[in-house]
Amino acid sequence: MTEVAKSLSTPTVRMARDDVSTRRTARTTGWRADLAGLGLVLPFLVAYGLFLIWPAIQGFRMSLFNWRLTGSGTTDFMGFTNYQETLEDPNFWSSIWHTILFTLLSTPPLVILSLFFALLANRVVPARWLYRLAFFSPNLLPSSVVALIWVWMYQPGFGLVSGYLVRLGFNEIGWLSDAGVAMVSVVITTVWWTIGFNFVLYLAGLQEIPRDIYEAAALDGATDLEQERSITLPLLARTTTLILVLQVLASLKVFDQIFLMTNGGPNFSTRPVIQYIYEQGFSTYRVGYASAMSYAFFLLILVVSLGQFGLLNRRRGQADG
Amino acid sequence: MASQVGQVGAAPAADLDVVRANPDVSAGPKARGGRFGDRIATGLLIFFAALWFVPLAWPVATALKPEAETTTIPVEWVASSVNLEAFRSVLSAGSLPRWYLNSALTSLAITAITVLLASLAAFGFSRARFRGRNVLFWVVPAQILIVPLFTQMQAFRMVDTYWGIILPQVASPIAVFIFKQFFDGIPRDLEEAATIDGASRLRIYWQIWMPLARSAIAAVSIFTFVASWNNFLWPFIVITNPDMMTLPVGLSQVQTAYGVRYAQIMASAVLGGLPLLIVFLFFQRQIVQGIAGTGIKG
Repeated sequence: MTEVAKSLSTPTVRMARDDVSTRRTARTTGWRADLAGLGLVLPFLVAYGLFLIWPAIQGFRMSLFNWRLTGSGTTDFMGFTNYQETLEDPNFWSSIWHTILFTLLSTPPLVILSLFFALLANRVVPARWLYRLAFFSPNLLPSSVVALIWVWMYQPGFGLVSGYLVRLGFNEIGWLSDAGVAMVSVVITTVWWTIGFNFVLYLAGLQEIPRDIYEAAALDGATDLEQERSITLPLLARTTTLILVLQVLASLKVFDQIFLMTNGGPNFSTRPVIQYIYEQGFSTYRVGYASAMSYAFFLLILVVSLGQFGLLNRRRGQADG
Repeated sequence: MASQVGQVGAAPAADLDVVRANPDVSAGPKARGGRFGDRIATGLLIFFAALWFVPLAWPVATALKPEAETTTIPVEWVASSVNLEAFRSVLSAGSLPRWYLNSALTSLAITAITVLLASLAAFGFSRARFRGRNVLFWVVPAQILIVPLFTQMQAFRMVDTYWGIILPQVASPIAVFIFKQFFDGIPRDLEEAATIDGASRLRIYWQIWMPLARSAIAAVSIFTFVASWNNFLWPFIVITNPDMMTLPVGLSQVQTAYGVRYAQIMASAVLGGLPLLIVFLFFQRQIVQGIAGTGIKG
């Protein structure tokens, strides 16, 4: 798509520059074009303003009041008390930690394993669609289907996972009932569920690497592993950065699978921050407090994104220089 | 040079021993992978692909069992009799058909409205320039807006309605971005010629641009449909009436509704996963290309 854009835009620009009369009409109709442009953008703007901007503003307003889901909101102004409470709430911090822990545990396998699968699939030519089907199709399942399947597989005793592990001589593990294991179980499920996305991105990246580079390296006597290390991995650096950025942001927003598989348990040991916000808002009806925590969490995401962009730009600067 | 190398590679790799004995000959592209390396790669890949298929196959195997034989120790893949009883009972007794309908209606509406709003906006953005247009590509994670959005839906009296599910999902900056990228590539003289012919802006949009933008429409439609079909958090919050639930939300309740009837639970899971898997079989190329080209997570 971008290729089309590039190849088409250059001659057009040149043509417009040559044709003085086009330029004049463009200038005189400038403000009208602006207005007409705005008119076309308007329907989107209305939806965007109504369902993104306004709730974002409203959420901040709510966070300044002792706003409850039941009854009117703006009666009890409390300034930044909700934010202060957020910072002092051990449950907020522990749920933030679970979100970060999930991100730390899920990101490495989701990046490394998808790269490994893509390297294998890129090498094996026959039936590539079959591997794509195997690795990618779980990605299209709704979270609740994934949760149903894995809760069933993790059942103690007659569950598939326990069944086979016990048969192989391992001890029974409380996959979802043991506080020390539950997060790992959720991560395993998540890796199975979402790896296909990164796999597809890596496969696309691999296919852009010209074959003759390998041929030249092979002529110089580089072995397979040397080729992967000194050609494939450096040339995939951009894809890896993109995947890493997307993966960290996606992992930080974890909610569905944890909520549906463990409901944050056992004993709140897996509860992510979005679930805590949800519970404060919709179980205890403290929407003002929930909004304050939403903003605190948004700040975390913002800091992570900005950090990532900084890293991206630095890397790009190095590549250019 | 390249063709020479190619020939070496094309030579039957049965010369593996020769290749090993003579390092100069090994320097063909098939030395990359060789036969041995390719075989290991294939083996590993088949192993992992099979592993990835297990959680897809196990629910099907469970759903085909009689309820009494789902919890045997040790686990068995095939029971004494294979039947569709579990599928029949969840389709006839449960709300599954209703959830399908709700999901289909809301996802189709979200997709159609998103394509319309985003393409119109991109058309405007792509031709007119006004200050601060880039601010609109600011993306807020939907997860942090759930609380204020819900109170807003209460005020609009849209809780437990289709519009309550649909409207908060139609303003997609990413969709505008994809359309804009595409529209920026359409030559201006095409539009100028139409303007001289007296066509209005809307007609230019509808009769010239949209037919040209078929690939962008496909990309936006597919990812919007998949994302809204699978969306859990928002419909879960805005819907409490079981009759209005979308498929993912409804399926999150069956564990408690069916108790320990695992064949029925798995039959629901299989039926819940099936629609998009079928879509994937048909649109595999478009979906994969869409992701590779845009990097959009559903």
